[in-house]
Amino acid sequence: MSVIAPNFKLSGFIKSIIDDAVWFLLIFSLIGFPVVMMVLFVIPMPVIDGELLTPFLAFTYLADPTRTLPIVQAFMTTDMFKIMAFPGFGFAALLAAGTIFVERKMLAKLQLRVGPFYCGKVEGILQLAGDGLKLISKEIIIPAKADKPIFWAAPVLFVASAAAFVALIPVAPGWVVADVDMGLLAVFAVIGFFPIVTILSAWSANSKFPFIGGIRALFQMVSFEIPLILSLLGVVMVTGTLNLSEIAASQSSFPWIVFLPVGAIVFFITMLAELERIPFDLPEAESEIVAGWLTELSGMMYGLVQLGTYLKLYAFAALFVVLFLGGWNGPMIVPPFPMELATEGIELGPVTAKIGGLEPLLTEVITQEMLNGTLMFVLKTVGVIFFILLPRGVFPRIRVDMLLNLGWTKLIGLAFVNIFIALALVYAGVLGPGGLQ
Amino acid sequence: MTAELPPGLAIQKVDERIMTLNVGPQHPGSGHMRIIVQIDGDYIVACDPDPGYVHRGEEKMAEYRNYITNIPHLERPVIHDSCNALYPYVLGVEELLGIEVPERAKYVRVICSELNRCIYIMYWLAIYGIFLGHSTMFMWPAGDRELLIDLMEKISGARVTHAHFVPGGVRNDLPPNFEEVCLRQVNYFEKRIREYAAVFYDNPILISRTQDTGVLSREDAIRLGTTGSVLRASGVSYDLRQKEPYDVYEELDVHSPVMKEGDSYARSKIPWLDMLESCNIIKQALQKMPKSGSVRVKLKPNPKGKGLDSVYKRVESGRGSLGCHIVSDGKVEPYRLKLSVGSFRNLIALPYLLKGEKLGNMPSVYWSLNYWPVEADR
Repeated sequence: MSVIAPNFKLSGFIKSIIDDAVWFLLIFSLIGFPVVMMVLFVIPMPVIDGELLTPFLAFTYLADPTRTLPIVQAFMTTDMFKIMAFPGFGFAALLAAGTIFVERKMLAKLQLRVGPFYCGKVEGILQLAGDGLKLISKEIIIPAKADKPIFWAAPVLFVASAAAFVALIPVAPGWVVADVDMGLLAVFAVIGFFPIVTILSAWSANSKFPFIGGIRALFQMVSFEIPLILSLLGVVMVTGTLNLSEIAASQSSFPWIVFLPVGAIVFFITMLAELERIPFDLPEAESEIVAGWLTELSGMMYGLVQLGTYLKLYAFAALFVVLFLGGWNGPMIVPPFPMELATEGIELGPVTAKIGGLEPLLTEVITQEMLNGTLMFVLKTVGVIFFILLPRGVFPRIRVDMLLNLGWTKLIGLAFVNIFIALALVYAGVLGPGGLQ
Repeated sequence: MTAELPPGLAIQKVDERIMTLNVGPQHPGSGHMRIIVQIDGDYIVACDPDPGYVHRGEEKMAEYRNYITNIPHLERPVIHDSCNALYPYVLGVEELLGIEVPERAKYVRVICSELNRCIYIMYWLAIYGIFLGHSTMFMWPAGDRELLIDLMEKISGARVTHAHFVPGGVRNDLPPNFEEVCLRQVNYFEKRIREYAAVFYDNPILISRTQDTGVLSREDAIRLGTTGSVLRASGVSYDLRQKEPYDVYEELDVHSPVMKEGDSYARSKIPWLDMLESCNIIKQALQKMPKSGSVRVKLKPNPKGKGLDSVYKRVESGRGSLGCHIVSDGKVEPYRLKLSVGSFRNLIALPYLLKGEKLGNMPSVYWSLNYWPVEADR
């Protein structure tokens, strides 16, 4: 231990902690407390559950923590919570972080390596946090002849587009940030935004390798968008709606992959290309064009693009789940919550455990259906993400001309085959209005 | 503009459509060199390989050291293939000094050089994998290489730069029980590299990427003076182990692989077949080797050549024929030492192969030439 901190003394350590605490209290009481009071003087306080919410109520929460439950419930139904935490950004970022970790460990196992190991003691679980810290602390270098405003804006726009994509995904019944009637159309619009951001970033860097990478990305994304959109038309035909929540709800008895496997395959392949994953990672082909359109990005700009990439990966996998694998539908495996805890109380020997005020939260917000739907959705999404990651260990990269050939001839042809299958199913009355659904 | 240009300089006309790319020296796909590539869209118009970034003056250095102290630095150009890199020098010095090598030492040399060939090709294959974006094909050979490196460590004590061959034999005898360990490891290694076919050589994407790209015809291969795997991939059966057998290769059964296509795929498959052949040769040598005996002739301190004399010896290294021309003027140091390396000969084919190819084919064609930049610069 002495190697890590040779001059460590417990008394000095305790003294420094006490010093910090004293300084914190001093600054808070002199500046923070007056500021809070002034803000409270100006802003009208909300009324929740017939009770004026004032900071002084916080002292009563100490005596009875169950009094916070209505506030938690009110917060969970706000748009802010949906955007920031559950079906939106926080949830997606958590899954994306998990994806990065799983990708590294899985690839390592495939290649007879260990993968991240030391950071965080347990199997390198904190490696991502370490990488993030490193990226944040690195200097951002901008090429001298770059178009600086656009170059700065591109990574931010990339993450914003990915987050907009995430916002359209319904996770559980009623749990979606933006429940648009033209949801699928909105998805196409957001997907169409990525090549623009990519070429903006690549071109504004004013460097050769990013330029070639950007052109490649543009080719790839634009030529694969057509089979992507065509492959989803079959689903729209049999459901008759563009709303993603309704599409997910329509698969309560069977997922569409049963009837439209061709469309699912085409969508999966185009998804790999849109995500620039191996074997379609031409825009980042390192042995030809260094890192492609990411070459000049440094520090947290690169980190933002990586974050956006993995958010996009999650969103595409989730879209696949919603459209072809039945979204949140699945067997009910989450056990019902013991409601006696909220109403009568559970007798645990001499004491009776009872949490008052829990009942509205459990019946209105965190229901059994919502938990089960989320679990089903996450399980399916993780499965799809696994299949997106797997080709990286098995395939080499393909070439631009082969890629374009694949996109423009084979995949578009297959997508039309899928459309005809869907048409036949609808006309035969198997699916659609009056059919099985 | 009327001023006359100095000789050797010329003004190049710049075409708006043509973009000049400096691939290297700081580029993940170049090695220790630069390839100046001119592209028109996705097609390569012209290619100018520019080696010389790792020139170390090995040949000049050899003129200031005696025949024994030259050993450790002459293997530096290709440290993975160090036994093969030393082989022609050692053969040449033996002829200059008139030394007769013991039989067992010759077999030990053959085993070492075949093990080293496999070690080199595994490294080459790993980089070929990463050049094609196949990261598993980088990790697997890099891991399986350890088997043979462990064997070489048992023999020589060092993991890469062995300096094991000396004029008059090899430095040390084989360790006890080596034959069984070697046979076991080599058998496992052979089984393992056969598995690479499933993930790499039979991979449809790899085949479609490398087949019919960078085709080198049989006539061009001979005209440009390529050697080794590049020559054999173009249909010329030319292997020095068969054509000019040195040491005990004539007593062994060598079947050097030959393919007719001459494209990147054939050039990338020949070294893999070479490894299988090397395993075969090692097993034969282990069987035929005398079980005991001396492995080294004791030399006098500071051995000298006999008057004005010169000798040229060449062997089949991992990259093709590797020649060593030693000129002696009767002193303890060589008067001149010239290495003729396979890498540089194969690099000559690069501009011809890349012209008209797509940019995406550049890494696969370049690395399939079995080129090691450090060896080419010496």
